[in-house]
Amino acid sequence: MEEIKKALRPRDEDFQGFSCNIPQLKTNRIIQANGFYSERNSVDKKDLDNVIVCSLDDAKKYYSDLIKNSEIELESLVEEGVFVFVPANKEVEIPLQMLDVIKAEEPILIQTNNIVILGENSKLILIHCDDSINNNKSVSNNSTKIFLDKNSNLEYYKMENISNHASIITNTSFVLKDSSELKTFWLSLNGGDIKNNLTIDFEGEYASAELNGLYLTDRDQVVDNKVTVNHNKPNCFSNQLYKGILDDSAKANFQGHVYVAEKAIQTVAMQNNKNILLTDKATVNTQPFLEIYNDDVKCSHGATIGQLDDNAMFYLRSRGISERSAKMLLMYAFCNDVLIKASLEELKERLADIIKRRLHGELSTCDNCVLHCSTPDLAFEIDLSKV
Amino acid sequence: MSLLEIKNLHASINGKEILKGVDLKINKGEVHAIMGPNGNGKSTLASIIAGKETFDVTQGEIFYNEKNIMDLPIEARAAEGIFLGFQYPVEIPGVSIANFMKTAINEQRKYKGLDPMPAKEFLQLMEEKKKVVEMTAKLANRSVNEGFSGGEKKKNEIFQMAMLNPTLAILDETDSGLDIDALRIVASGVNALRSPENSTIVITHYQRLLDYIVPDFVHVLFEGRIVKSGTKELAYELEEKGYEWLRGL
Repeated sequence: MEEIKKALRPRDEDFQGFSCNIPQLKTNRIIQANGFYSERNSVDKKDLDNVIVCSLDDAKKYYSDLIKNSEIELESLVEEGVFVFVPANKEVEIPLQMLDVIKAEEPILIQTNNIVILGENSKLILIHCDDSINNNKSVSNNSTKIFLDKNSNLEYYKMENISNHASIITNTSFVLKDSSELKTFWLSLNGGDIKNNLTIDFEGEYASAELNGLYLTDRDQVVDNKVTVNHNKPNCFSNQLYKGILDDSAKANFQGHVYVAEKAIQTVAMQNNKNILLTDKATVNTQPFLEIYNDDVKCSHGATIGQLDDNAMFYLRSRGISERSAKMLLMYAFCNDVLIKASLEELKERLADIIKRRLHGELSTCDNCVLHCSTPDLAFEIDLSKV
Repeated sequence: MSLLEIKNLHASINGKEILKGVDLKINKGEVHAIMGPNGNGKSTLASIIAGKETFDVTQGEIFYNEKNIMDLPIEARAAEGIFLGFQYPVEIPGVSIANFMKTAINEQRKYKGLDPMPAKEFLQLMEEKKKVVEMTAKLANRSVNEGFSGGEKKKNEIFQMAMLNPTLAILDETDSGLDIDALRIVASGVNALRSPENSTIVITHYQRLLDYIVPDFVHVLFEGRIVKSGTKELAYELEEKGYEWLRGL
């Protein structure tokens, strides 16, 4: 087994220099190369200021007691992955950026199992990116289990930007203890077949989860989002806002399931999924679903599927804006109310830039990486404070 | 010299004929009012001049600056200097007025072969034109028309007109939904933009607006045709006699 793993493990130097910078934002990077934690290319441990980052293997050896305390099941068939632990009362200033990079000469299957634990009163921003450097076929099957202890705060940004020949399955589960706060921002930008299974378990009271998603698909791409929110405890809040734009023959599925247990009184749970279809061939299946076992709750759900508004198009064009630009403006505006939920200004700018590029159809034109990582186009930025 | 000339314009939507042969000629520097009851084709005429494609123009032609514009798309007509002030301005959440105007101005400049307007110049222009309609600073940062009151929406139309500096402005029911203060502001905005080179078409069904924006000519659009034209006195006559009077004409 060890020998097979050794043979599969890519050379660190092949992934050297891959940084996926976010302009103006310093992050500490954790690189997983074809599913193997690349310690050499990742952040130097001494820069981590008491935050533990190591391979899952090492975590089993040295930190199994920390994992046990968090109610996370350690046993898994998949042995590769990253372990992150933020000690109690630690507010991590520099965001952690987990980069799952695919670069393979042959078709490849990647399986990873990550564990992230936030101690009591701790705070973390975690940016989790999936990128592929070349266009070979690949399947990634990723599990990430995240535990938020009492009063902790996590912002989790997921950016999926892989080649059209890459498939990715993410199983991400969050356990939220008392008064913890979670915000997720799920951006599916590019990929052949993307399946996201997101599960939230409220295991404490007064916890909250803001779940935002945006999927922009074209050609034959498929994006599935299954979001399950289990309100097992009273007085918790959850809000889902997922939006998508589908071009060509792209397909998207949204399945939102909110479960409210009998004892979970004073639950507030909202669900909303909105879609724009740009062609007759694009399809969306949306299924917001509430399963409620007590009547002391406030819950809502909704879904829309539509086209760009003809009146808005006429209005924009009547001011001299070309049809193409008017479409861009409207699509960007559609994305904007998800985008504004990102709280880090630098990241918001980065996201705005890649969303614009994606809508312009620029992202998949680069041979080297699916993403153009040049600086954002600042040719005509307006400082609104002066207006 | 005529700026706009409409010849025997027939238009229908879903097989229903709305315009049944409209003729209209507007010279540079003139203000024309088009009056008439609701549902008789005033807004249709305005939309067709602006280039809206949902109507079938079955007959007739529109000349602008002595050029046939029937094949020009909406945005090209705008860049040529035609502006439509909407009766119901559209709310566009997520697009700021600043970004909207920046895009509009630069795309119009591109059409004319000009470079984009420098940011500083654009900001100065915004500052200057906001004053035309007594617009508050906050309005400019907000999404286009989102959550605006009726008055704010109409002010925003005139602000856009001031920014784009059109040669032909068509104001479709700009007075509807306005209180008297807003009406005064909007009208004085329009008057401030008048010049010997620019023409205005004011569409209204009340004479009230014409006290503020005084027209050179008044036309009555009734059942798809211009049935009567005259000077501003015609507006008073209409107000007095009501539209039913037109049936006898």
